[in-house]
Amino acid sequence: MNQVDLFFMTLTTGLMVGGIYALIALGWVIIYKCSGVLNLAMGELTIIGAYVTLTFYQMGVPFVLAVVISLIIGLILGILTERVFLDRLIGEPILTVIMVTVGLSFFFRGLVEFIWGTDTKVFTPPVFPLKPIKIGFLVVGSVYLWSFITAIVLLLILVGFFQYTRWGLAMQATADDEMAAISLGVSARFVYAAAWAIAFMAAGVGGSLLGNINGLNISVSYLGLLVLPAVVLGGLNSIPGAIVGGLVIGVLQNFAGAYLSQYFPGGVKQIFPFVFMVVFLLFKPYGLWGWERIERV
Amino acid sequence: MAETMKEGDELLKVENIHMSFGKVAALSGVSFKVRKGEIHSIIGPNGAGKTVMMNCINGLYRPQRGNIIYKGQKINHLKPYQRAKLGISRTFQKIELFSGMTVLDNIRLGRHIHMKTGILSGALYVGKTSREEIEHRAYIEEEIIDLLEIESIRDKIVGMLPYGLQKRVELGRALALDPELLILDEPLAGLNLEEVEDMARFILDVNEEERWRVTCILVEHDMGVVMDLSDSVTVLNFGEMIADGTPEEIQSNPEVIKAYLGAEDLYVSRA
Repeated sequence: MNQVDLFFMTLTTGLMVGGIYALIALGWVIIYKCSGVLNLAMGELTIIGAYVTLTFYQMGVPFVLAVVISLIIGLILGILTERVFLDRLIGEPILTVIMVTVGLSFFFRGLVEFIWGTDTKVFTPPVFPLKPIKIGFLVVGSVYLWSFITAIVLLLILVGFFQYTRWGLAMQATADDEMAAISLGVSARFVYAAAWAIAFMAAGVGGSLLGNINGLNISVSYLGLLVLPAVVLGGLNSIPGAIVGGLVIGVLQNFAGAYLSQYFPGGVKQIFPFVFMVVFLLFKPYGLWGWERIERV
Repeated sequence: MAETMKEGDELLKVENIHMSFGKVAALSGVSFKVRKGEIHSIIGPNGAGKTVMMNCINGLYRPQRGNIIYKGQKINHLKPYQRAKLGISRTFQKIELFSGMTVLDNIRLGRHIHMKTGILSGALYVGKTSREEIEHRAYIEEEIIDLLEIESIRDKIVGMLPYGLQKRVELGRALALDPELLILDEPLAGLNLEEVEDMARFILDVNEEERWRVTCILVEHDMGVVMDLSDSVTVLNFGEMIADGTPEEIQSNPEVIKAYLGAEDLYVSRA
């Protein structure tokens, strides 16, 4: 393989993996956008969705239908999470809620291991054809291509939702100033339930696709942390930012793997996004499209 | 039905409200009435419990005892967003705008409860009445922007605006709800002389103009403006109500004069 081919292959693979990161980052951004909470249980939401899809798929349900079922279960789990854990925290300091998401992450992790065990499970038979698709001179695995397309479609739906519906605006308002929002007739409960439901669903789709690449086990939830650099890069409350951030992190990660691992052997691919995040934050603390909070005194 | 109320009818009745935080009693047995169409002011020294009272009416706090009756209906158990749906709107002492959004989006959020589009129809733009609704919405937005003279800043990010304008936008947002009862918590605090005059004029417009006719509860320290604007005044001191009446009655009430120790003349000069 010559240098040019290697470059483009790395770029494409990066973009496609980035598509999945973008999906998960979306879920993260939605919760932040609506409640100001950094959801540290995002990785667990991802594997729950993935396992649900896998379970139904193994039972013989077609993959698309299995994803739809996982979406519905995600919706229910999202609402339940709000009702059971977060409802009583409305009006409490954000940090408290963030700590609760840490607790949730352990809880969900335990739940997943309890129900599905710790062995790696794979989708059998494979959902996506193993033969890669050729676009021009580029060769792309079809799982990656579908993830990319799904991410873009979800992006359009969510941007539309936030731009054109009253609930979209109301959700942003609740994050900005909860007291004012409820005084204007916005139900905070509804907003949080909707946010968690959307996050569960986006993560579930991402997880289902991801499970098709390397199989599923608990370590996939590490991804929940990996999207943090993506989210930070795009700006914590920007939906397009999450998509761009996800794609960029995917690309950076793959380039690091292709070009840097010979100099820094052992895991540079995994670490590079975080190194990048730290350096990036030094220069753009609000991310590319995040709200700059300016206080006038 | 209580829906069709005349001028002068009892719009809001606050009965014997007790509210304490731990051992600190913020309100002990406050009662007053607000009639439809009037401007009712709540005054009192700092820490008298004025804002706590407003938070009780709007639902942010739940008093331990007492009743809040709005249009003849007990609303004690209702959440703030449910009270907003009944037509109770408010501004805040410390500005609580959505600072990352534009002026127009802030005002639009005030319309939240009036928009019928659900998540699906809103997303797909298939609502039967959506066209009509969008026009109606735009009309009200324009009315408010006109009234408050904020045309030039409509697309500006609120957080970047000077304080006086932010106060104005907050009034606009509260108006967008098309409220029947508007709670104004220190709308003049921190404004300069010119801005005070503007704001006082807006409050009068909102109260008197046929289009709005909004009943107002005004919490304010600026006695000059309070006495000029109000139809009735309630005076609180250390969580207790010490007087209630017309501005004239209040100004000659010895209890009130005593509460404002050192203020021999109730008119606090701003200069």
